[in-house]
Amino acid sequence: MKETVRVASGQGFWGDLLSAPIDQVRRGPIDYLMLDYLAEVTMSIMQKQRSRNSEAGFARDYIALMEEILPDCVEKDIKVLSNAGGVNVEGCAEVVADTARKLGIKGEKIGVITGDDILPRLEEFLDKGIAIDNMDTGESLSGILDKVQAANVYLGAGPLVEALGEGARIVVGGRLTDTGLTLAPLMHEFGWTFEDWDLIAAGTIAGHIIECGAQCSGGNCQYDWKNIPEMEDVGFPIIEAKADGTFEVTKHEGTGGRVNVQSVKEQLLYEMGDPHQYITPDVIADFTTIHLEDKGKDRVGVHGIKGNPNTDFYKVSIAYSAGFKAVGTLVYSYPEAYDKAKAADRILRARLENLGLEFDTVLTEFVGVNATHGHLAGEPSKDIPEVQMRIGVRGSDREAVSRFTKEIAPLILTGPPAVTGFAGGRPKVEEIMAYFPALIPKDLIETKVEIIET
Amino acid sequence: MRVELLKLAHARSGDKGDTANVGLIALKEEFYPIIAREVTSDRVKEHFGPIVKGEVERFELPNLGALNFLLHGSLGGGGTLSLMTDAQGKTFSTALLRMKIEITEEEAKSLED
Repeated sequence: MKETVRVASGQGFWGDLLSAPIDQVRRGPIDYLMLDYLAEVTMSIMQKQRSRNSEAGFARDYIALMEEILPDCVEKDIKVLSNAGGVNVEGCAEVVADTARKLGIKGEKIGVITGDDILPRLEEFLDKGIAIDNMDTGESLSGILDKVQAANVYLGAGPLVEALGEGARIVVGGRLTDTGLTLAPLMHEFGWTFEDWDLIAAGTIAGHIIECGAQCSGGNCQYDWKNIPEMEDVGFPIIEAKADGTFEVTKHEGTGGRVNVQSVKEQLLYEMGDPHQYITPDVIADFTTIHLEDKGKDRVGVHGIKGNPNTDFYKVSIAYSAGFKAVGTLVYSYPEAYDKAKAADRILRARLENLGLEFDTVLTEFVGVNATHGHLAGEPSKDIPEVQMRIGVRGSDREAVSRFTKEIAPLILTGPPAVTGFAGGRPKVEEIMAYFPALIPKDLIETKVEIIET
Repeated sequence: MRVELLKLAHARSGDKGDTANVGLIALKEEFYPIIAREVTSDRVKEHFGPIVKGEVERFELPNLGALNFLLHGSLGGGGTLSLMTDAQGKTFSTALLRMKIEITEEEAKSLED
């Protein structure tokens, strides 16, 4: 058994720094690379892509990345875990296998995890009388069933551990939890099982700390932000874990950014609910038991973590079509910039009303005045140099939203003076994918782990 | 005397549906009892006023010198439904740090150390 296992974070979301996972592989020692590609909105985008092209529906960035780093990973014995498979995990795995073969990499195993996609089974569940209700509102799924675009269960570390046990170099799945991607390597290496709740909680919290990439190593860090060095070369975080569940958070030597107690605390609290009950498919972790310790430059020790047995339910994220929206902006300059922007808003709203357009919501914000802190920011100074009027509408009638997008540009010649900032053309009408979070009994879900060889 | 929370704490915020969470962290260990005493859920609710339509919940994490607040109904529907610039509640952290709290003269001195 390894004494220390190093798990590195390579992507905090789909669209994160492309160079980060390459740096993690090349600029210092790691054993595992975890890559998170899926936000809630991603699954519905991928379902749409796949409905147009049966070979699409996964994160293409991941393929380009694997082509770049696979030779290094084989040479250095690094394993790569990700949820890049989206809604076409098998397709994704086949493309990765082909990519490996083209690189001359033979005999490597790829673990393929499926079973998270329950879109084809929703009707069957409802027919069987299984309640799938919105966790926030209590609303039943049957009310929106015809609008559903994607439905995926959040799977935990279990199938990842199984794939690693079968010798996989690469493991790819769909809606795997971010935390499971970090926990699984530790369970595999140290032989932790779903009875060692404190250890499972420790691995889960390690995952929470690194799942947003550099957000724990200097990015978006309020504490002393001005003095965090070399953010242009920010090092992504690495967990160095021991079999007893203690671990250290660090990053490669020579990279920018900063890992300290404050940067880790900020990330621990990110998107936190009840800290006593951080619920994942693997465990209920207790954040009030975490102890942090300064271990020197760019190194924080974590110990003391406690956890409780996991629940009998998976969380399922269901995306459904919920109308349309559009947002338009114009910029007004000194003098009386804010007054001009407010006048433009009044004129525009009156025109929308005269046209008889109806929306569920119309929201105007004045960027430079109140877009982030609302009334807490107070009144702006009289000589504010410029204000951006930002107006958005939302509704079920696509035509009404589309008509709104044609009313912004006319304000340039038919509204208050000293206006600019319309280089981008008419705003786009966006279809809204809303989320319906629910719970589903674990015993209804069949996960499958397959191994393919390169 | 009254001081901005910014002098005693740093923070990070995020979203879960239509709820924003703000993690408020004492800049020094000895400031934790002060923020735990002053920054109650009622006062946070009052501070945000019309920005927060629902309840404010507070959780204590003395192990991290931190408080976690859940601000329900504050993101214009949340996620993709919201029309707000800050639909994900990323700037609620600094909005909370604007709050003014009451501290003693002695506590004020400790801020300067």
